[in-house]
Amino acid sequence: MNLKECHKNAGLQKVLGLLIGIGFGFCLQKGGVTSYDTIIGQLLLTDFTVVKVIVSAILVGMIGIHIMKSFTLIEFHTFPGSIGSSVIGGLLFGIGFGLLGYCPGTVAGAIGQGQMDALLGGAVGILIGTGLFAHFYPVINEKILSIGIFPAETIPELFHIPRWIGVVIFILCLSGVLFILQMLGL
Amino acid sequence: MLDLLFETTWSPYMAGAGIGILLWCSFLFSDRPLGCSTAFSKTSGMIERLICPDKVKNKEYYKMFNPEIDWQWMMVLGIILGSFFSSILSGTFHISFVPSVFQGAFGDNIFLRFITALAGGILMGLGARWCWGCTSGHGISGISQLSLASLIAVMGFFVAGIGTAMLLFSR
Repeated sequence: MNLKECHKNAGLQKVLGLLIGIGFGFCLQKGGVTSYDTIIGQLLLTDFTVVKVIVSAILVGMIGIHIMKSFTLIEFHTFPGSIGSSVIGGLLFGIGFGLLGYCPGTVAGAIGQGQMDALLGGAVGILIGTGLFAHFYPVINEKILSIGIFPAETIPELFHIPRWIGVVIFILCLSGVLFILQMLGL
Repeated sequence: MLDLLFETTWSPYMAGAGIGILLWCSFLFSDRPLGCSTAFSKTSGMIERLICPDKVKNKEYYKMFNPEIDWQWMMVLGIILGSFFSSILSGTFHISFVPSVFQGAFGDNIFLRFITALAGGILMGLGARWCWGCTSGHGISGISQLSLASLIAVMGFFVAGIGTAMLLFSR
């Protein structure tokens, strides 16, 4: 079976989704980021575990997917953002993040380790929130989402630089972040 | 090597690297970025469909994201299971209602914690669909692809998240 057939096989994809999710949940839990205390510690800037996990994931993930893309093994999935969507949506999410202390992935992980506030408060809330968005989508889409559409889908496109130059700059910046955190003993 | 499975925590770098490798798998074998929030909106659509099927069928949003059990839904189920296995193996699984940092600041009132979490969840669900992604979809998958929309959204997550948490805990 080649990759295209694999992508189209709905049954197989469900199994793959489950397996990737199990791995993801395992890593999140072992990384300590399924805990409210760790996430709130990050938002209060006293514990930098969350940044370390995310930045390491981006570093490893980014290098691999850009190599695979250069060998045309995979396709990217980016879309244009906008002030109305990315900025407003991002800020709304952030307020929720500060109150809840989990995100949609880690709320699932928190449920797995027995956290009832994640299940009965957080997950229920997220379901209500996504339902509200679906309900008001026609209005939000028409009035807000298309405000200030960004001129480019990716950062290299925005600055008119080759994709790999962008990757190298990001590797340097992100490694710099990890290095500085280590230096400061955070 | 097998000892790793039983450890309470891994170094954040190792946990992160593991997630990075899962991102490769997700792109290569499933032609998708890693993301979680769409699964919540599909679940929400499925629940709503049980109550009023016709309403869901006619909603523009659910025509774009058909409420069904798919790769991503199974992935989020997997996260619950993976975290469960991990915490059982290390002996850290326990039922808890109020996280200790919350308890330290606001007391052990379960109702207060649940209302805060519910309100946060509602805003988060709304915001996640508003900007088409969450911490994994934008934060890890999007930034890895050098997506501009993702970078801006993640800045929003953290700016507002830090502001809200600081306000909440500033008493």
